[in-house]
Amino acid sequence: MIHVDNLTKFYDHFCAVDRISLDIHKGEILGLLGPNGAGKTTTLKMLTGYFRPSSGTIEIEDLNIDDHPLEIKQMIGYLPESSPFYKDLLVYDYLNYVAKIRSIPPRERQPRVKDLSELCGLGHVMHKSIGELSKGLNQRVGLAHAMMRDPEILILDEPTQGLDPNQIMEIRNIIRKIGEEKTVIFSTHILSEAEATCDRIVIINRGRIVADGKTEILKQSAGQPSITINLTLANAAFDDVRKVLKPIEGIEAIESVHPQPDETGHDGSKTDARLFLRLTCRSDADRREAIYQQIKATDWILLEFSQQAQTLETIFHDLTRQANKEN
Amino acid sequence: MRQFSHVMEKELKDYFVTPIAYIVITIFLIVTGWFFFSTFFLYNQANLRSFFTLLPLIFSFVVPAIAMRLFAEELSRGSYELLRTMPLTFSDIILGKFLAGLLMTAALLVPTIAYPISIAFLGQLDWGPVVGGYFGALLLGGAFTAIGLFSSAITHNQIVAFIVGAAICFTLTLISKMLYFFPESVLDILQYLGADFHFSNISKGIIDSRDLIYFFSVIVVALYGTYLVLLQKK
Repeated sequence: MIHVDNLTKFYDHFCAVDRISLDIHKGEILGLLGPNGAGKTTTLKMLTGYFRPSSGTIEIEDLNIDDHPLEIKQMIGYLPESSPFYKDLLVYDYLNYVAKIRSIPPRERQPRVKDLSELCGLGHVMHKSIGELSKGLNQRVGLAHAMMRDPEILILDEPTQGLDPNQIMEIRNIIRKIGEEKTVIFSTHILSEAEATCDRIVIINRGRIVADGKTEILKQSAGQPSITINLTLANAAFDDVRKVLKPIEGIEAIESVHPQPDETGHDGSKTDARLFLRLTCRSDADRREAIYQQIKATDWILLEFSQQAQTLETIFHDLTRQANKEN
Repeated sequence: MRQFSHVMEKELKDYFVTPIAYIVITIFLIVTGWFFFSTFFLYNQANLRSFFTLLPLIFSFVVPAIAMRLFAEELSRGSYELLRTMPLTFSDIILGKFLAGLLMTAALLVPTIAYPISIAFLGQLDWGPVVGGYFGALLLGGAFTAIGLFSSAITHNQIVAFIVGAAICFTLTLISKMLYFFPESVLDILQYLGADFHFSNISKGIIDSRDLIYFFSVIVVALYGTYLVLLQKK
């Protein structure tokens, strides 16, 4: 649906976006992730046709953005980063104006504006001027603006920025709802948000794509070389444990970790007997079964056994740091 | 191509939902009313000549003040981005804003129609120059609005936009009155450049194609300049 080829953008001599190529399919929710200044906003602005790429092409539904700007703008709904609106207009007037420009026939304008105000929770502020609204409400006006003509493609630049947790949940739900049928592209630097909402994540750093894939696959593949397993045992001594577990193939290190002071529990005596361990395994295979079998053969009491989940956080951190080192 | 009318409508609404329109109209009426009527009874002539003589000078400040926000405000606020990502062409945007500015300028002139009407009661008023004067005022307003629009597009700052716009309009107004500073060889050209010169022709009730061409070419050049400036903002 969207085909981006070697997209590059220079600001004078500074290269903000460096040869990005992307294919985005219909119905995908794509999260554009990256640290500040990575080129997210620039990329989105080029997709909307607001910025002209220094080189490279953008095709949407086989239409080149240079040759068919109007058709493409009809297809796209866009929420810019800071939702800059006409502060003096009433919300209702503003949405009506957008409806007119989006060529919604006069008869359908009223119902459409009403639907959107319900969807975005603007019903009670329709008669207020936009300048009076809070940041969160402003963002919702922006969302209503973007969704006015039920666009095929929704581009949202940091849609949840400056919102409170409840509003973030709402916006995420709206995005997911729209994403069932439409293509949604949004940028964020909040990882949990991308993880919660996206089908696919593209991580960019310094204008380049450093990772691109389904959220699940990214989490599995772009992993670290080792996996960490946390164990809590009772009725066991560290030396014994080491003797028993060390022979298991693939376990590289066994450390005893002192519990956090606040984890000592109310009766300190009991926790003394507990042993907190951290095992470091190679990530080429799952060792959990072997470990469990070994522990079962002893008379230790297994209190906790967990594999540290590979979070996007760590992937993101690794990828962006790696790239920065290379440069 | 009906898109520009939506832009125009919104811009006009902006003028009238904020105090701008009312303040500008009031100031305009006080200034013109004062200058016009303070000498009107001394001359004891039933015409609007002194009103139309002053108009270019007053317009060269008032019209850029009306036009200064048209682009500069959007650029500084960032809403220009929204405008450009909606299905609008450059000509929709420029034409819509230009016409809004022109209509606002026309709205300034509407209350002044009370002058000729009241004068008509006092003496024998020749309506020819009055109609010509208002027609010329619209052309002049159009030219100055286009210049104001251009200066508004080159900056984020409304004050700068106003100063640049007013400076250009003021120069065009005064240039035909400063001719004795210049060598003889350029006199014709400079006189032709003067907005005041062409306006005074029309406000005498003489509609000459040269004057019309002048005003239309100023409008076209300024609007095209605006387009070129906006094209650079990618």
